[in-house]
Amino acid sequence: MKGNAAFLMRILGSGALALLILGPFWLSSYDLSLLGRFLSLSLAALGLVWVWGYGGVLSLGQGIFFGLGAYALAMHLKLAALPEGELPDFMVWNGLTQLPWWWVPFRNPYFALGMVLLLPALLALVLGFLLFRRRITGAYIALITQALALTFATLLISQQGLTGGFNGLTNFSVFLGYSVGEPGFQKALYWLTLGVVVLVLGLSYRLKASFFGKTLLAIRGGENRMRFLGYDPALFKTAAFILGAVLTGVSGALFTLHVGVISPAMVGVVPSIEMVIWAAIGGRESFLGAVGATVILNLIKDRVSSAFPSAWSYLMGLLFVLVALAPILGTKARGLRLLQRLEARVEEVRGRG
Amino acid sequence: MGEAALWIGQIFNGLSVGSILIMAALGLAFSFGLMRVINMAHGEFLMLGGYLAFLVQQSVPTPYYPLLSLFIAFLGGALVGWLLESGLVRFLYERPAETLLATWGISLVLQQAARDLFGPTGVEVTSPPWLAGTLEVRGGVLDGLGLPYVRLFVIGLALLVLVLLWALLRWTRIGLHIRAVSQNREMAAALGINTRAVDGFVFALGSSLAGLGGAALAFLAPVTPTVGQSYIVDAFLVVILGGLGSLGGTVIAGLLVGLASALLQALTSVSLAKVLLLLLVVLILQVRPRGLVSLRSRALEEV
Repeated sequence: MKGNAAFLMRILGSGALALLILGPFWLSSYDLSLLGRFLSLSLAALGLVWVWGYGGVLSLGQGIFFGLGAYALAMHLKLAALPEGELPDFMVWNGLTQLPWWWVPFRNPYFALGMVLLLPALLALVLGFLLFRRRITGAYIALITQALALTFATLLISQQGLTGGFNGLTNFSVFLGYSVGEPGFQKALYWLTLGVVVLVLGLSYRLKASFFGKTLLAIRGGENRMRFLGYDPALFKTAAFILGAVLTGVSGALFTLHVGVISPAMVGVVPSIEMVIWAAIGGRESFLGAVGATVILNLIKDRVSSAFPSAWSYLMGLLFVLVALAPILGTKARGLRLLQRLEARVEEVRGRG
Repeated sequence: MGEAALWIGQIFNGLSVGSILIMAALGLAFSFGLMRVINMAHGEFLMLGGYLAFLVQQSVPTPYYPLLSLFIAFLGGALVGWLLESGLVRFLYERPAETLLATWGISLVLQQAARDLFGPTGVEVTSPPWLAGTLEVRGGVLDGLGLPYVRLFVIGLALLVLVLLWALLRWTRIGLHIRAVSQNREMAAALGINTRAVDGFVFALGSSLAGLGGAALAFLAPVTPTVGQSYIVDAFLVVILGGLGSLGGTVIAGLLVGLASALLQALTSVSLAKVLLLLLVVLILQVRPRGLVSLRSRALEEV
């Protein structure tokens, strides 16, 4: 019986994956770009599963890491779209005559790609060191990271000549020599995104079963007990925080490539909380659930908010309330259970294979 | 205008902003200290108070409407706070993450409702003649310093609220119960205090203070659907900095945040001031992780 179920799961899983891989052949180019966009966002949700679900650190400032990754790549794209020696348009409007020194190295695409990973990791390292070492926990972290997200967005908006201000960075044309707008590039980007998501999913399941994953879970369950057993909770929490930050940074970079624009509105307080919602609705500890929830929620958001713009706010508000109340009402949403069961099966199959 | 007058003026502005922050943060600090819940919709009580003040001004033709609007905003905040507590938050105690999400949802709904009812741009509440002027200082080192009566009014209001709140905590039965529950919930319950009723009362009181703060804020700046969001993050910083559930800590932290941001803004820019302020808070937390004023406790596991 169990063997049959596992076999069925394997068939279903491969079928779904095949459908996704073949996406460019059966989806319209608009739907494909939506799906690619949402898949890239799901990396941020995966990051939160690590930070919040396993690390137990509720960060309301993931938008910062998203923004760092996104802006690092967007700065390169902005420069790559220009002839040598010319300044980006918004700098000219703001009276700058020379490229700021910290913009210069972003001419190199590989430097920019490196920064997509490095900047979020560095910030997470510093924050983790400052916050977890001093045993600042729970609600404090949530509120401080939220203040950070607000500050980061405010800073981006105010430094108009350096960051493009409220409008952000846009008008990209080439990346690594390929023209960004071409259908071929869009397809390749979709496959790249899908590949990264699948890779991260696979690695996440492996990491969860490793020493690191188990220790992290133990710390979430009883931080002081682990401390008395000689483990350093701050170290593991910082590592999870960095992992989440890097994933979120990559998410931001891919998102920027998909959408062709990044602005402070996508990195502030509200987007940061939206990321938490994706992870929460996915089941908080479920990697597959996080990806599914991100894609489905954003799909609903896209449909509802284009048809009834103000209805989306009400709907999302009620959704939050329901998600929060679900475990208390004792009627844990069926959908979540299904996803969790699905995941249990996946791991079962993995364990066998 | 002299250099000194400029600085005194800035300090004065900081004090008035700090007063509003204190009124907003008191409710947060108490419900946080007492029930360990973070109310993300708390900022919307500021907004509610502001819109109530606007409605009172629109419908009551007396020059003393500010007093009436403060009263209405206080009652409105208390009512909506009580509804929120008894309808939702009550079920989420001991679950900080869930409370956070649920109240964030409520805040989204309230903001959108305000947008649909009053429009996305702000509404203005004008000061009546007796509040409109400015206290001018003539002569001396402080020549040219102008202190708007509205800001003086706001500072006075905050002082009054603090004194009343302190008296409530110090001398009334419910105040005694609040202190007892925040020190040791189980012990208080064992001694026959209805802790749930205390929770509800504190939540409603905190909301009404935020409503009051919102009505006061309406005299200083236009009321917009997102006014709560712009103050709430600073109010959270005040709570973290001051320590949970401490009246004194909240006051000190509120003044500190208000003054620091006003002075930093004068020295640098608005956005840089925000960065520096946050840095300051994080650095202070390095020295005092539980805030400036915290209950000493031997408990190992604390939220």
